[in-house]
Amino acid sequence: MEEIQSLIGGFAVALSWFNVALMLAGISLGVLIGVLPGLGGANGVAILLPLTFTMAQQPGGATSAIILLSCIYWGALFGGAITSILFNIPGEPWSVATTFDGYPLAQKGRAGAALTAAFSSSFVGALVAVILITFISPVIAKFALRFGPPEFFSVYLLTFCAFVGMSKGAPFKTVAAMMSGFALAAVGIDTVTGQLRLTFDIPELLKGFDFLIAVIGLFGIGEILLTIEEGLEFKGTRAKLDMKVVIETWKELPRYWRTSVRASFVGCMMGIVPGGATPASFMSYGLAKKMSKDGELFGTGMVEGVVAPETAAHAAGTSALLPMLTLGVPGSPTAAVLLGGLLIWGLQPGPLLFTEQKDFVWGLIASMYLGNIVGLIVVLTCVPLFAAILRVPFSIIAPVILVICAIGAYTVHNSMFDVWLMVAFGVLGYVFKKLDYPMAPLVLALVLGDRAEDSFRQSMLGSGGDLSVFFANGLVGTITGLSLLLLFWPLISQGIALLRDRHGNGGK
Amino acid sequence: MDEKKPVASVRAAESVVALAFLVFGLVVVWDSRRLGAEWGSDGPQAGYFPFYVGLLVCVSSVANLLRAIGMGEKGKEAFVEWGQLRMILVVMIPTVIYVALIANPWFSMGIYAASTLFIAIFMYFLGKYTWRRIIPVSVGTMVFFFLMFEIWFKVPLPKGPLEAAFGFN
Repeated sequence: MEEIQSLIGGFAVALSWFNVALMLAGISLGVLIGVLPGLGGANGVAILLPLTFTMAQQPGGATSAIILLSCIYWGALFGGAITSILFNIPGEPWSVATTFDGYPLAQKGRAGAALTAAFSSSFVGALVAVILITFISPVIAKFALRFGPPEFFSVYLLTFCAFVGMSKGAPFKTVAAMMSGFALAAVGIDTVTGQLRLTFDIPELLKGFDFLIAVIGLFGIGEILLTIEEGLEFKGTRAKLDMKVVIETWKELPRYWRTSVRASFVGCMMGIVPGGATPASFMSYGLAKKMSKDGELFGTGMVEGVVAPETAAHAAGTSALLPMLTLGVPGSPTAAVLLGGLLIWGLQPGPLLFTEQKDFVWGLIASMYLGNIVGLIVVLTCVPLFAAILRVPFSIIAPVILVICAIGAYTVHNSMFDVWLMVAFGVLGYVFKKLDYPMAPLVLALVLGDRAEDSFRQSMLGSGGDLSVFFANGLVGTITGLSLLLLFWPLISQGIALLRDRHGNGGK
Repeated sequence: MDEKKPVASVRAAESVVALAFLVFGLVVVWDSRRLGAEWGSDGPQAGYFPFYVGLLVCVSSVANLLRAIGMGEKGKEAFVEWGQLRMILVVMIPTVIYVALIANPWFSMGIYAASTLFIAIFMYFLGKYTWRRIIPVSVGTMVFFFLMFEIWFKVPLPKGPLEAAFGFN
């Protein structure tokens, strides 16, 4: 029970007045970010990251900084549900499934019940995932201490193959976006040979592309352009959330415990695999629809139809931090931004974090418990306030968000070139979104590009250019094999379907 | 002009984007070849990894291009309509002017003054607000940001003559 002891130590770190105040600020800011169009978890955290540079310099400051940023993330996850239910606008891709039953519920006048169910089940999902992180991550970290470059490269490979295999759209679009991310990551000075790559004598390109700029542009400006295309009006239902509705809904919720358990399980499993939160929410909704006795009524406004996707999405969103902490491989764009923060503050994510930065890791894990409790209280009490913000006309919100994005892009490196780059990424984000090119793989490739390349080169150096090093022992072979299975999963599943079809026809 | 008239079809947009990816991939491949994409005396050369990355961009963009050309009815749908494009330009053009105003070689306004102006213009033309509503919102927002960045968090942002007049440089 070493973990429990470490966790208690973590609570001692997280429970200082300063850190609790940061949690409150982070959650409120996060919900605000989740509610506003154009600001989501990933770019919200990216914009606020530079504000933590000075904070992280002080002793113990890195823990406070990660508490602030991760609480913004929890807040944004909670906030996504508000827009889905009241305005039928999913704030994040994984809130899409919440609109299926959440919005009809709101139209029936049960917005309060839908919101309570969404927040409570988000809390349950997150809690299960945090418990998982508490007990599993030290084990994985200890295990990963044995990893060499080939093992690390195979984990990166798994991450990226998972994106191709699990993407809903065309696999080649995922590959094109992802590989472009790798190419952009290669721009600048090569760390090994010191040569200039892909800079074409343009001085601004020497320092390469910063993924924070890409995140702010792709997710921020791109989102604003998409919203504007739809027109400037928001049409939403009013929300009132009094204690009576909350308690009545809480009485109803235990009935759906089976759905909750299933959804938490699906969420945790899919969350560890990158890009998993969105499929997790859909999968959980589908499962609940199939297995619930009210299955046919799903889509007309069932509380159970809100519980299933929200629990899974939060479980997935939270457990996405597990591979980030233990292996240094983020599972989602927001986790990638948090990882970027760690690197900027001078911490090396990966297995060593658990032995060298015990206070930091356990402070963060403890803050996950506390942050979600604080989050639940904040969202349950402040819904009308946040919904009111959505009623501020878009002609005020849009320019303010554009200004915030510009400031955020500038502060990363104090460079105007980055602001222009952000505008360019914004246009790219708009086109990507309209044509179903996925943005998450591009961002992750941009973040992990250098590290993936380093581990690849080191493995190749060790083996003298022989690719069989990625199958050299059981461990690396299994991960590589799993990656290839995921990579070709679209083909394999098609093949299975074809075989089954033929078999079915042959039987007739 | 008919607002619902499409500017470009999905097929056209898909093809253009796939071709852009192809050009990008070719540039990466070309520059990696220049650096050396082979196995040098001391291990992989600088262009080794980007070369294959660029190659994969090329291959997948050709696949995307073929898929775009082979699109059925869905390819004929509108990628963007005139009315939508107009709205996007109404936002993008002021944004570009705004970024240019923050800092340029001739006259740099600084981020605070340019942002105040940007929010005000946006509210005036798109929101049709009166100046009595516009000025408090635009000036108030930027004064708040000024306090937050320059005073509380001590993150310096580009400043212009206005801030200099108040003694902030």
